[in-house]
Amino acid sequence: MAMATATGTPIWRITMGAAIILVILAILPQLVDAYQTVLLTYGLIMAIAALGFNLLLGYTGLLSFGHSAYFGTGAYTVAFITRDFGVHSMELCIVGGMLGTLIIAAIFGFVCVRHTRIFFGILTLALSQVLWSLAFKFFWVTGGTDGIRIPYANLSLVGGLVDFKGAGSFHRFIYAYYYYVLVVFAVSTIIMWVIAHSPFGKALQAIRDNETRARFVGISVRRYRWIAFMISGIFTGLSGILWVPLNGLTTPDILYWPFSGEIVFMTVLGGFRSFSGPIVGAIAFNYLKTYAIASTEYWQLLLGVVLVVLVMALPAGIVGTTARLAAKLGRWTK
Amino acid sequence: MTIFVIQILNSFFYAAVLFLIAAGLSLIYGVMRIVNLAHGTLYALGAYVSAWIVGSAVGHAVERNLGLAGMLLLLPLGAIAVAAVGALIEPTLLRPLYRRSEEYHLLVTFGLLMILEDVIKLLFGRTPLSAGTIMDQMGSIPVGRLIYPAYNLFVIAVGVGAAIGLWAFIYRTKFGVILRATSQDRRMAAALGINVSRVYVQAFAIGCFMAGLGGAVVVPAQAAVLGLGVEVLILAFVVVVIGGLGSLQGALVGALIVSFVRTAGIQFFPEIELAVLYLIAAAVLLVRPTGLFGRA
Repeated sequence: MAMATATGTPIWRITMGAAIILVILAILPQLVDAYQTVLLTYGLIMAIAALGFNLLLGYTGLLSFGHSAYFGTGAYTVAFITRDFGVHSMELCIVGGMLGTLIIAAIFGFVCVRHTRIFFGILTLALSQVLWSLAFKFFWVTGGTDGIRIPYANLSLVGGLVDFKGAGSFHRFIYAYYYYVLVVFAVSTIIMWVIAHSPFGKALQAIRDNETRARFVGISVRRYRWIAFMISGIFTGLSGILWVPLNGLTTPDILYWPFSGEIVFMTVLGGFRSFSGPIVGAIAFNYLKTYAIASTEYWQLLLGVVLVVLVMALPAGIVGTTARLAAKLGRWTK
Repeated sequence: MTIFVIQILNSFFYAAVLFLIAAGLSLIYGVMRIVNLAHGTLYALGAYVSAWIVGSAVGHAVERNLGLAGMLLLLPLGAIAVAAVGALIEPTLLRPLYRRSEEYHLLVTFGLLMILEDVIKLLFGRTPLSAGTIMDQMGSIPVGRLIYPAYNLFVIAVGVGAAIGLWAFIYRTKFGVILRATSQDRRMAAALGINVSRVYVQAFAIGCFMAGLGGAVVVPAQAAVLGLGVEVLILAFVVVVIGGLGSLQGALVGALIVSFVRTAGIQFFPEIELAVLYLIAAAVLLVRPTGLFGRA
């Protein structure tokens, strides 16, 4: 993961590294079974959410405890437009879902960026719970705790060229959808990389490191935070959009606040001080959670212990710790 | 009219429980600036421990009869157990983090929440626990043409007692002075010879005790179920946000506002009852981020 030290690494090495990883990800489904492919798809989808989340935490220095709102908005918008408007095209779902998330993120963000630190966290939490309670209570619209089913067979990819009717369709769906998600993931990552390394991204980091100085340089702090909030929300929304067809069902659980905590968890697991941290963290968290659930009834206990140990001993996360170990090793071998 | 009186009594019952939880949350934030996401789960732990103790004591008592007073005396044991857990948590998990930013406090307490949720499942299983015998034995009193459980009035009395007791404790005792001094300026307090680490352990344990007491008094009226704490935490947040993080009066007023709005909501606008509460919290945060009674 060359991106971890992006500031000092030449651009061609980052491109090379990313290309190699992408090729590996493209070959992987041919080597592993369908179940592993599904797991990896979930991991890539969550990676987009964590990437978006980290634009706020890692780059702007704002800890949101309400990102379930944008994930859920994306998911529910897709559910509504496929169920009520009979939309079949996944691309239309993505556009519609992102529009829906943008509206919510713009409103919530406008309110939330008036505060920082703990008040920002509580405000995002409170607003996300407004959406949760609505999804929970208006059961004749949202299905309540039953949620809304979104059968993959109703959807078609790439403007209707790929659909999933007839025999063996589930198997076809899994592999087609993996590559679909992989492409969206790659594009999202590139866009986020450009944003993070653009003058705008640098301005966000300036705000994170010293708000007063950033204001003196002429950065309009609140507006930059608001824009960062909306971008962050859209990425997390996109993740929710992609998640729905794979999961086949959307329930209020993805709007409930512990889900926001999971997004924070995966980002910290990977390391929020680096660009690639959230990606690694999301994929790792997905495996961790899946195998914890499969192996013990008390998987929450296991995950909780991992989180506490992480914060206590390895606050730099997987990527940060690996980078530090690699640097130490490099010095040692010289 | 009778319905109206009963709804007001319900609101006070609910406010008493919410106050116990929110006061602990607020106290912990006020003294050590930690937003404890596991606070709701500590409340649930109190409920489970109390229900389990009362249940097994009734099971082992002679002729399965413990007497009402005996059972009521057993209830606070849950709160004491939670306070002990708190006294263990603070030095091990929280103390290393005071120098680090708030993000880490939220993360560690979130991890703690996950751990405690499963510990409860591990210790008490998946079946809901209740201490309903207490409520049954207390009987009910007539209100107009209807009857009302006497136990609810007892809980209201406990809430009032806790409010007065906590106020007297913080504003009228030497320990209260030390607590307030530490909360205002930790380094100055340490320079004056106050053992800040010990004050922190005590403050955290008291906060946990309040949460546990909330769980203990609620469990005869409603059973302890899994996920109880996760649900109540956000309501406690709404309370302290409205009243002001770190303020005792705020927790009291906030608890009253939330419970009256909620009772009215369930009666008149059940669909958006919760949404209204969260929106009130968001509105208060916007207009007065320090809440109605908080200080900057």
